Amino acid sequence: MGQTITEKIFAAHRRDTPTPGNMILDLDVIMCHEITTPIAIMDLVEKGMDRVCDPSKIKAVIDHVTPAKDSKTATQAKIMRDWAARHQIKDFFDIGRNGVCHALFPEKGFIRPGYTVIMGDSHTCTHGAFGAFAAGVGTTDLEVGILKGVCAFRTPQSLKVELKGSLRQGVVAKDIILAIIRELTVNGATDMVIEFGGPVVEAMNMASRMTLCNMAVEAGATSGVCLPDETTARYLWPFIQDDYPTLEAAVSDFAKWHSDPDAEYARTLTLDVSELLPQVTFGYRPDNVKAITELAGSRIDQVYIGSCTNGRIEDIREAAAILDGRMVAPGVRGILTPATPAIYSQALEEGLIKIFMDSGFCVLNPTCGACLGMSSGVLAEGEVCASTTNRNFNGRMGKGGMVHLMSPASAAAAAVTGVITDPRELLS
Amino acid sequence: MKHFGGPAVFIDRDDINTDEIIPARYLTEITKKALQPHLLEDLHLEDQTFDPHSPQMEQARSLVTRSNFGCGSSREHAVWALEVNDINLVIGQSFARIFRQNMFNCGILAVELAPADLDALFALEGEVSIEVDLGQERITATPAGGQAVNCSFTLNPFDKQLVEAGGWLSYADQNY
Ligand code: SF4
Repeated sequence: MGQTITEKIFAAHRRDTPTPGNMILDLDVIMCHEITTPIAIMDLVEKGMDRVCDPSKIKAVIDHVTPAKDSKTATQAKIMRDWAARHQIKDFFDIGRNGVCHALFPEKGFIRPGYTVIMGDSHTCTHGAFGAFAAGVGTTDLEVGILKGVCAFRTPQSLKVELKGSLRQGVVAKDIILAIIRELTVNGATDMVIEFGGPVVEAMNMASRMTLCNMAVEAGATSGVCLPDETTARYLWPFIQDDYPTLEAAVSDFAKWHSDPDAEYARTLTLDVSELLPQVTFGYRPDNVKAITELAGSRIDQVYIGSCTNGRIEDIREAAAILDGRMVAPGVRGILTPATPAIYSQALEEGLIKIFMDSGFCVLNPTCGACLGMSSGVLAEGEVCASTTNRNFNGRMGKGGMVHLMSPASAAAAAVTGVITDPRELLS
Repeated sequence: MKHFGGPAVFIDRDDINTDEIIPARYLTEITKKALQPHLLEDLHLEDQTFDPHSPQMEQARSLVTRSNFGCGSSREHAVWALEVNDINLVIGQSFARIFRQNMFNCGILAVELAPADLDALFALEGEVSIEVDLGQERITATPAGGQAVNCSFTLNPFDKQLVEAGGWLSYADQNY
């Protein structure tokens, strides 16, 4: 019987099978940020186990609250900084070079097809876009990963999402993943990996694939994954050109991870995207999703464009196309947070930052900030935000605040009109 | 081995997420103890008000809820917030994967029950205390002055080993 990509990666990294159905995997990359790692570090220090398995496997960043907003966040950052120095962790990103982990680490070429990756962060699934097995874990898993380079998983089943058809103008990967989550519900993919495939995914760039995989966890999935192909190889080429004689050689090597035609799936969901409209969430669960036309006209107070879901250059371009020559509606606060310094520079170079600023947006440094309601755009009680992030939980962006998740173009359209708006109305 | 369970608190809602269990504004804490006053501080229940500091909550040693408990953020702070409030047993129909793993990684119990068994627990009146027999994979829920209800559950064998080892760090340290 054939194997899925996930089964192949598990087989290639198997350290142990303590009981049937549970595997201990060797890890290729252990990623760390300053919210979930400091407690792991403190605990290891306390237990006399302050060691790292292999500093070159560890990638660390201060991204959630940066620059620090108070003494507590300054302390978290300092614990990370001191730890990275103590263990000679070369790939450590601090102010000036830091950005949202799930945008920054792919940009640095750290994630490769067939890799196993963990991080103390639920959106680690983003990196499955590269054909890796990448899963969010808690602090204890992270601790063991740092110390021993292993992590335990129940062998996940795979759920295949096959995307066909062609997208209408103004409809993007974010709209697709919101529609998928509505279909699967918030726990429809628990203990499964969502494998995204079909012609729509094959035609997508890496940014869109990352947006898809980013929100797999919102359906309860262990991770999301896309099969690595020429698009993957081109993105990674600057980092792998010494490993392969040609791009074609890389592409054919990557194909060894592809799911076999007779691989088994727990479920297959086929979606024709041709009729799909821009989507938006309502309420406090990410599977509460409607076509944006059904919610059009609802009032917003703030617009947030950024995060590991949609803070990439492609997203900023899509939003800028709407904002160009227009102003943010009176009474609305617009916030743009490019996800990494490289994205920020690129946006400057392309004149996009100017478009945002001219429209009345505030442009922040790369950080998670308001996405999780910790800094840089927290909502007041009763306020509503049109956001390109990935979670609309009650209070996520600030106690008593409400978040509507949507695409960058939809968020930009809301900024201009002050109400939820179908972005296609503003596209020329 | 550790003793699991004790006085129970019942929260009749699906999909309680980790932002509700411990809001992000407390993620700047670097000790587990500091999370203690904030357990379930942002819990939102449609038809009733929830008081995270009620006497029932203060006494609780176990928590009974519905499906997909602990969804959302991977923050183990959600498990620690339970732990530092002496809750080491959560019973539900299902759990989000990361939360469930975090519970077992800390050597404490996330027990999945069949919907009918869970309904039977929710139907109990008055104060209820829940005891666990890990070897028999059985729980006994006893309402004050009422008839006890027994339910069996199945633990993933590896998760059981983690609980017996006192968590994943000590298991991994012994084995890898
Ligand atoms: S941008 Fe938001 S979802 Fe992404 S890692 Fe940061 S806090 Fe988490």
